[in-house]
Formats: sequence, C-alpha cells, structure tokens
Amino acid sequence: MNVIITKGIEKTYNPKTIPVHALQGVDLTIKKGEFTAIVGPSGSGKTTLLNIIGGLDRPTSGYIEVGGKDISKLSDNQLIDFRRENIGFVFQAYNLIPVLTAKENIEFIMLLQGIPKAQRDKRTLELLHAVGLDDKINKRPIELSGGQQQRVAVARALASKPAFILADEPTANLDSLSTVNLLDIMANLNMQEHITFVFSTHDQRVIDRARRVVTLEDGVISSDVYVDQ
Amino acid sequence: MLFRLAWRNIWRNKRRTLITAASVFFAVFLASSLACIQKGTWDHMLDNVVNYYFGYVQVHADGFWDDRSINNLMTYDPQDFKQHLSDQVSDVVPRLESFALASVGDQTKGVMLVGIDPEKEDALTSISNRLVQGRMIADHGLLVGEGILENLKIKLNDTMILISQGYHGANAANQYPIVGVVHFASPELNKQLVMMPLAQAQDFFGTNNNQLTSLVMNIQAKEAVPEVLTTLESSLAEDPLEVMDWESMMPELTQAKALDTAGANIMLLILYIIISFGIFGTILMMTKDRAYEFGILVSIGMRKGKLMFMLWLEIVMIGLIGALVGIGVSMLLVKYFELNPIKLTGEFASAYEAFGMEPLLPAAFDIPVFLFQALAVLIITTVMATYPAYVLWKLKPVEAMKN
Ligand SMILES: Nc1ncnc2c1ncn2[C@@H]1O[C@H](COP(=O)(O)OP(=O)(O)O)[C@@H](O)[C@H]1O
Ligand SMILES: [Mg+2]
Repeated sequence: MNVIITKGIEKTYNPKTIPVHALQGVDLTIKKGEFTAIVGPSGSGKTTLLNIIGGLDRPTSGYIEVGGKDISKLSDNQLIDFRRENIGFVFQAYNLIPVLTAKENIEFIMLLQGIPKAQRDKRTLELLHAVGLDDKINKRPIELSGGQQQRVAVARALASKPAFILADEPTANLDSLSTVNLLDIMANLNMQEHITFVFSTHDQRVIDRARRVVTLEDGVISSDVYVDQ
Repeated sequence: MLFRLAWRNIWRNKRRTLITAASVFFAVFLASSLACIQKGTWDHMLDNVVNYYFGYVQVHADGFWDDRSINNLMTYDPQDFKQHLSDQVSDVVPRLESFALASVGDQTKGVMLVGIDPEKEDALTSISNRLVQGRMIADHGLLVGEGILENLKIKLNDTMILISQGYHGANAANQYPIVGVVHFASPELNKQLVMMPLAQAQDFFGTNNNQLTSLVMNIQAKEAVPEVLTTLESSLAEDPLEVMDWESMMPELTQAKALDTAGANIMLLILYIIISFGIFGTILMMTKDRAYEFGILVSIGMRKGKLMFMLWLEIVMIGLIGALVGIGVSMLLVKYFELNPIKLTGEFASAYEAFGMEPLLPAAFDIPVFLFQALAVLIITTVMATYPAYVLWKLKPVEAMKN
C-alpha cells in the first residue's frame, strides 16, 4: 500500500523576485512499513520535500497524494486536521511544549483528537515505555537531555496513530550515543510495529541504518536504493 | 487542558506577568476605590438634602419654586387632596416657608423660616432624632439649626426676633423662644433653618390657615418617585399647582453630580488607556517570543482557532488576576470607609462647607462599580487579544519554525 505518492513536484521560492528552484520534478512513492532516509547535501531540498509531503507547505506544481488523499484540495483548516489525524512530525529540535511534562506532551495531541482520558493515559504510558522513558513521565522538557526530548517527540508523533512519521534531521542536534539510541528506537518501531518512517539526514551513521535511501541533488532525485540490513 | 496550558504559560515569565497584573491591579484598585468614594459622597449629600429636608416630591403653587414669593401661595384642603394620592405616598407634609431676618442683640442673620406640622414633619425627616438640645416644638416656639446658635451667639430658651415681609406686603415681626436645637448634616440647613408650628407661621406671615408654600410627599421608596410624579402631574393638571421632584428642585446639584461623574469617567478612561499600553507591550512580547512554538503546535494539528483561544485565555488571566486582586483590596478599603467615613478637616472641610456639603467622604459599597471594573478589564484584554489572533491567522508554520 502506498502512503505517499508525489508526481512531478516542483517548488519555486520567491517566484517573482529572485526565484529559487528548490524542487524540480520529484517523483516519489513511499509504501507502508518503509524506513526511508532522504539524503543529500545542505540546500538540496530535503526540508522542502518533507514540508510538502507533510502538508506544511504547498508545491508550486505537481501531484501529491498522502494516505490515499489528494491534499492539494484541502483548505488550511482541513489540512491542519489532516496532519493531526494522519501524520506524525518530529522536527530537528525544540519539538515539545515547554510547560508540559513528557506525559502531557504526548497526551496533548490525543486531547486535540478528542480521545477519552482512560485511553489517553494507557497509550501515553505504552508510548513512553516504547521510547524507554518510563521514569521521565513527569519531567518537563528542560529537565530532559536532547536525546530524551527527541524520544518524547517520537512518542508524541506516534500518539495519534498516524499513517507515517516524518522526521526532518531528527538527530542533527544529538551526540553520537543519543543518535544511535534514537535510531534504535525508530528502527525497532518500524520492525515490530510496522511504523512507516521518512526522515532526512546528512549524517552517514544515520544513512547506514536506513532500508531505503533516496538521494536529492539540486531538487531532483539522483538515486533511490533499497538496502538490506 | 487549554486552561492548564494557558495558566502555565503565563508563569513562564513570572516577572512580566506580575508586572502586568500589578499595573492592572493598581488601575482597578484606584478606579473602583475612587468611584465608590465619589458615588458615596454624592449619594450621601443628596440623601442629606433629600431625606433631611426636601423630600423626593413637592407640590407648590404654579411658579413658586422660581421666585419663592410669600405672595404665591397654594390653598390646601387635606380632605380634597386625598383623591390625588396613591399607595406610595404615606403622608402629605404641609409647609409655609420664606426668608426672614433673625436678630438677637446687635446680631442679625438671614434665615429660612419654615412653618411645619411637627408630627408629620418628624415622620418625614425624623427631626426629633436630631434634636441636640431642648425638645420638639408643639404649638409655640422655635426649633433652630445648631449653626444658628453660634452665628447669633444665643442659646436654648433665649428669645429670637424674626422680621420678614408678610403676605401681600404686610409687616411680619415677632419674637419667640428657642425650645429646641437640631443638628443638620448639611451645613447649609444647619446654619439657616428655623422651624415653628405651622399655625404660628401662618399667623406670623399673615396668611389664611389653609395657605401653604409647599406640600411634601412622604414617599418611602426612591424607586416610586417617577410613578408618584406622573400620577400627581396628571391628576393635578387642572389645578394651578406645580409638581417637582428633587432633581428638578435642585438642578445645580444634579448637574454638578453629572459633571463630576463625567470628569471622573474621563480620568478612568485615561487610566485604562495607560494600562492598555502596558498590557499591549506584554502581549507583543508574548506573541513574538513564541512564533516557533506556535509553528510546532499548528504543524502537529492544533487549529489556529484553538490557539487563539489559548492566547486569549492567557491575556485575560493576567488581566483578571490583577483585576480581581484589585477589586478584592478595594472592596476591603471601601467597606472600611463605608463604615468609617473620612472626615475632612482644615481647608478641605471649609471648601466643602462653602459648597453646602458636609465635609465627610463616605464610600458607597457599590457592587456594579466593581463589576464594571472587571468587565472593563475583560473587554480591554479581549480587544488586545485581537493582535495575537491576527498574528496567528497570518502564521505559516514553515516560516514560523525557520530557526
Ligand atoms: N523560505 C525560503 N525562501 C527562499 N528560499 C528557500 C526557502 N526555504 C528554502 N529555500 C532554498 O531552497 C533550497 C532548498 O532548501 P531546503 O529544502 O531547506 O534544503 P535542505 O533541507 O536539503 O538543506 C535552498 O537553496 C534554500 O536556500
Ligand atoms: Mg533542511
């Protein structure tokens, strides 16, 4: 099953002044259960592509289908609802709401979804356990290390039971131990729970863990390979 | 959850929140305390003149109130007048009043001489409760304001000579003993009022015993005034009489009150504009600092409307913390000064007395004043919250999260 389909995606920033052609025709299909790294040098268009797939930005032209739906037709509010129900996001850093504890951060998205308390509590504990932070349940982000914060972010991204998780350079701000740790958790979730991950990186250690590597260069896909782990 | 989130958010910058709430506190505290003292002072003063003398509604001969002439008298027949009365009027109090010169030895002063029905008058203005020396008048003698004793350097049981112009130019002059001394809260009344039995006054001024200058309606509730007024006006339309309520009898006072209140309201407006700037500064910082965070929240699926509501809550909470504490402290203060009115002394006191006001500042514990403050803060903060709402409306998560 295809969770993401893009055809001929183009994105031009500042079309009227100094146009920047960030994406110049990207065709990409992601299947359920894949563990895909989008790689490429800085400025190659990774963030732009993930933003468009995640419904955070709209392409200049091209076709995009997420979870079987043409998201280009959605209004801004519909797009917000769509993101909440279908996509988990992990950003490079400062993902969490500073005034909420680890548990509350995870719970927050389920609250927005209107899930009853008993169910929220159960799922929050399961997710904290899955990312190995059972003992940090009542800690605020500031009391957690960068790696722990990213793990809570992954747990939060999973909370809404999304079709897939998008992570833009999730390890860029982490030391190598935390990087390995986070990758282990993501890989585990992928293997055992069949969670679909699409993440961007330019870190070779992260690329080595991917099972599919899509390389972007100057806004086009220059290679797309499946790797056996 | 949004409440909890908003509550915690406002304490992220304790100093900023406290300073902002404190500015609201001071504004609300000042505004409500001053408004209560002002209202209390006016209410008290109007009560003094209305309850202690004027009454809420009076009937006179047409045009009497304008010239106050002893020649412009009404004819009063108690039996006949009854048909004009409603349940709201418990009694009708007759008076014959005019100016007179009071003299004792070589001292002479102008006074207001009023012939009264002692019993009915007492039911209306409770003068017997304010008797400080002597006794009530029955059918002879004078009841004088306390201030007159000082002015004329006389004492109880002394004889006072009264001289005036009587009905249709007759000479009016006689002497009477002072049988009682009354204290009036209104300095004007205290220094001018001389009362005597109605029959004695009619004799003094040379009028018939059914002639009066005024009839005061004894009305229990202030609220009944408009109704009494319209009833009397329509039923007395044929007679050569005028019906006046206390506001039209004392237009200067009513105007002064309106003017004073308007002035105070302008002050309040300025005060609120000043704190609005403070609140707006805080909102500006609150909004600017958190663009990245708003970007995250919208990205992960929080609708902008919800986010706007959360920010509104934050702003309103800061405002209401200040407002509620301000109202609370002001309530204590106002309650205290309601029970223990401020007594002015020295120059202030003389200034107040010069305007015929008692030098007393009682506060009125007026719930609407406090509610109005809370409402004003709520409205101001809500109006201010349109700014972050606008920022959020324009927010693009991708741009908000760049860096
Ligand atoms: N908002 C923007 N306005 C103008 N140019 C942009 C904007 N965002 C990205 N770009 C440009 O688009 C290109 C791709 O950027 P990006 O997608 O961030 O690449 P990557 O994430 O691979 O570093 C770069 O040349 C970048 O400078
Ligand atoms: Mg990038």
